[in-house]
Amino acid sequence: MSKIETNDLNVYYRNGSVQALKNVQIKIDANKITALIGPSGCGKTTFLRALNRMNELKGATTTGEVLIDGRNIYDQKEDVIQLRKKVGMVFQQPNPFPMSIYDNIAYGPRIHGQKNRNMDSLVEESLKKAALWDEVADRLDENALGFSGGQQQRLCIARALAVNPEIILLDEPCSALDPISTARIEELLQELKQEYTIVIVTHNMQQAARVSDYTAFFYLGELLECGKTSRIFERPDDKRTEDYITGRYG
Amino acid sequence: MKVRKEYLDALETLKKDTLKMGELSKTAEENAIKALVNHDKALASKLLEENVVIDKLEFDIENQCMRLLALQQPMAGDLRLIGTCLKIITDLDRISDLAGDIAEIVVQIADEPYAKPLIDIPRISEITQGMLTDCLAAFETQKIEMLRDFSERDDQVDGLFGQIRRELVAIMIENPRTITSASHLIFIALHQERIADHACNIASRIIYMVTGKRKKLG
Repeated sequence: MSKIETNDLNVYYRNGSVQALKNVQIKIDANKITALIGPSGCGKTTFLRALNRMNELKGATTTGEVLIDGRNIYDQKEDVIQLRKKVGMVFQQPNPFPMSIYDNIAYGPRIHGQKNRNMDSLVEESLKKAALWDEVADRLDENALGFSGGQQQRLCIARALAVNPEIILLDEPCSALDPISTARIEELLQELKQEYTIVIVTHNMQQAARVSDYTAFFYLGELLECGKTSRIFERPDDKRTEDYITGRYG
Repeated sequence: MKVRKEYLDALETLKKDTLKMGELSKTAEENAIKALVNHDKALASKLLEENVVIDKLEFDIENQCMRLLALQQPMAGDLRLIGTCLKIITDLDRISDLAGDIAEIVVQIADEPYAKPLIDIPRISEITQGMLTDCLAAFETQKIEMLRDFSERDDQVDGLFGQIRRELVAIMIENPRTITSASHLIFIALHQERIADHACNIASRIIYMVTGKRKKLG
């Protein structure tokens, strides 16, 4: 069974006047990295946000199904808080809270009722998983905003990991980072996929080709093509995919 | 608006130069056999001089490919085109080298009568010329139908080569004084047989370039 599966997923904005996603059908495997690519406005971020019901925060209407482990997350009975714990998200701009490294990590677990007793080890474990521990181990009480962009982004990943998710959604996580910080995040993703299912939106074709196992190409709200990354970048089936990845749009 | 104009122009130049190298290699093979048939030492010598141009073109095309890979990060069909060019220029260079080897033999033997009349060697040349013409046309037009029977054509060449070798061995046994001249002709036929193999490699790469799927020919 796929970790994530969508059936006839449609998302509408502005009281239904704008359709951002059209009948998207996709299966996303566990412990794989799936990259979502496509031109601006194609619906890839909307799709990403549909996977933990974040579009609802923007007043969008969603129809169809999003199954995670076989359960429809849009079911009335689903607990959105638990869903977002299970499906973590990292955004384009690093957005640490204006507090210490330690408190940034501890924030989520505390909200979810975790006692302070095991917090030290949880913070350490999360920072280690995000490959940040060695750089911040002796500066845990310093304000997170004083760290570099790359470190802040890894902190955001660590923060997402701290609540023990199963799926991590990343929306252009490296677009504000320099090449070295980008390489660190990409390397980190390869380690994280052993434990988590990762879906990443990226505008950088080379990044999609480098880091992902599967690539999905969105165009005007439709999923045009999805398959193994090696195939998509070597011999895509759809002419529009080929035109996009070879930079012929304009 | 046409995007990535510089990139698209560079791909076009790469295609044109690879085709040019293909034409030159094909002409080299054609002229080598023409020089042999006509005992034309001058044509053979000219061919050897012209091979320098092909060698230069090979490096130039390789540089173009490396530059495109390094600077443009090509994908999909573009990537397959560049990968194909990088591969086939080696085959094209080998074809011109083999034509050069034939020309060198012609320079040595053209003044003497040959061990036997030339019948099958021009036949092989006709087949290999056809193969190379079809390769270049398929590369240019992206239509690969004409490449489908390359394995059969290669078998024909192998058959003719076997025939030539058997005949010439018999001639050598009968008259040992023909050994030098006959062995030269065997080498020429062998070089032609290799040229057909390189044509098969090229066809196989062009099929990959067009379809994205690999198919072994020959």
